[in-house]
Amino acid sequence: MKTKNKLALAPWVFTVGFFALWEILCHVLKISSFILPAPSTIMWAVWEYRNQLAYHAMHTLWMTLAGFGLAVGFGLLLGMVLGSSRLINAGTYPLLVGFNSIPKVAVVPILVFWFGVGWVPPVMTAFLISFFPIVVNVATGIATVEPEMEDVLRALGASKRDIVFKVGVPRAMPYFFGSLKVAITLAYVGSVIGEQNASNVGIGNLLTRASAAFEVPLVWAALVVLAVLGVIMYAITAYAERSMTGWAQRSQMAA
Amino acid sequence: MSVFVDIHDVTHVYARAEDGLPAVQNLNLKVNEGEFAAIVGPSGCGKSTLMKLATGLQFPVEGTVIVDGKQVGAPVKLAGMAFQNPTMLPWRTTLDNILLPLEIVEPHRSRLRRHKAEYVAKAESLLAQVGLKGQGHKFPWQLSGGMQQRASLCRALIHEPKLLMLDEPFGALDSFTREELWCVMRDLHAAQKVTIILVTHDLREAAFLADRIFCMSARPGRIVAEREVEFPRPRDLEITYTPEFSALVHELRGHIAQARQAA
Repeated sequence: MKTKNKLALAPWVFTVGFFALWEILCHVLKISSFILPAPSTIMWAVWEYRNQLAYHAMHTLWMTLAGFGLAVGFGLLLGMVLGSSRLINAGTYPLLVGFNSIPKVAVVPILVFWFGVGWVPPVMTAFLISFFPIVVNVATGIATVEPEMEDVLRALGASKRDIVFKVGVPRAMPYFFGSLKVAITLAYVGSVIGEQNASNVGIGNLLTRASAAFEVPLVWAALVVLAVLGVIMYAITAYAERSMTGWAQRSQMAA
Repeated sequence: MSVFVDIHDVTHVYARAEDGLPAVQNLNLKVNEGEFAAIVGPSGCGKSTLMKLATGLQFPVEGTVIVDGKQVGAPVKLAGMAFQNPTMLPWRTTLDNILLPLEIVEPHRSRLRRHKAEYVAKAESLLAQVGLKGQGHKFPWQLSGGMQQRASLCRALIHEPKLLMLDEPFGALDSFTREELWCVMRDLHAAQKVTIILVTHDLREAAFLADRIFCMSARPGRIVAEREVEFPRPRDLEITYTPEFSALVHELRGHIAQARQAA
């Protein structure tokens, strides 16, 4: 078999192998399904609770996408400002880093004080946790425009705005799309944390309730649904990256 | 012939220079309209500073810079520039890269959308002049270094600048490509009647292309010698093998050696 085919098959073989090994170990070592249910048990639970899971998963998906959308808009804007002004960049950087260092789960109680329990805290948590990588990447892309390119345009009478929009922003796009892959995963973490602590619906809330009631298979089923949803969202962002910034992925390493 | 670029007794210190030493000091230089001037000197002699002063990207601490009869107080807007690094934007095709200055400079900026075809035709004729006929649809990274540099010359010329500033544009190329581009440059100068200031380390390049050569001293830079080049135009590459040419290069080399020693 050719290396290319092997590479294409490898993810499937490894994934199936992983679950097969898990299943076998559970049966051979007679592990209690309270500790670690076998994949087959989990899949049964997914099927059994399918309506409930689908309902909550849709809610989580919405929360994530709403928070992510806010993060993209705000991140692009702030990134552009920070990338084009060294003064604002230097001034706000400590604040931004300090803010980003706060574990966002600690912010949820404040969100509840402000907005009450509902859809706002998960969306806000998703937003707060995911905008930082977008800001940093967009700002870096814009701030690292080659000085020669800047000279060429400035000698023609280009304004700062011309340079940012003609060169800076397009140049930052590969960084931007790269950061989206990180941001979507973070937004997802944020919305689930928000739902666990301050919502009556969503997979996060389902997880909290199921674990409180010791419904172990349902907890695992919820985790599986989270994983699948996460992979799908990541894949969509990665696809968007490839199709939007093909020019940046011409290296042999990217092929 | 009228003086087009007049740098008069200019001293310039960069604000961020740690030692406070000027990059250029008491610099005097006059380039006539339509002339091809070359500036040679040891490395770090402030040649790039001179480029920035003449295009209004930097303003002198002392002295005056007059371009096209006006004292420079802002970027001059009538200059085209090309550097050693072709700095093509990888997300634009070669043709769109060449059209970039037109998106900045008036009156083209407001005319570009409606008269696109006219400008594209102009870009394509420039591409043909530098030997890149029909390559405009390619992305810059699909072109070799020499081809990118040719395209960068087209970008510097598309808006019909009155002043073309070249900062070691052929420095990174192999010697055969470099000589080919010398001829391209010679023909462009003959066709466009533009004033050119070429900054270079290559004395043969200066001697082959220029009407007038300035030698700069080491930092702080100033002009230590000025030499007119009388070889008749159009010049053929063959002249670089004549004894007169060798004598000129040798003489320039002497000036540079002195300038280096003085440092």
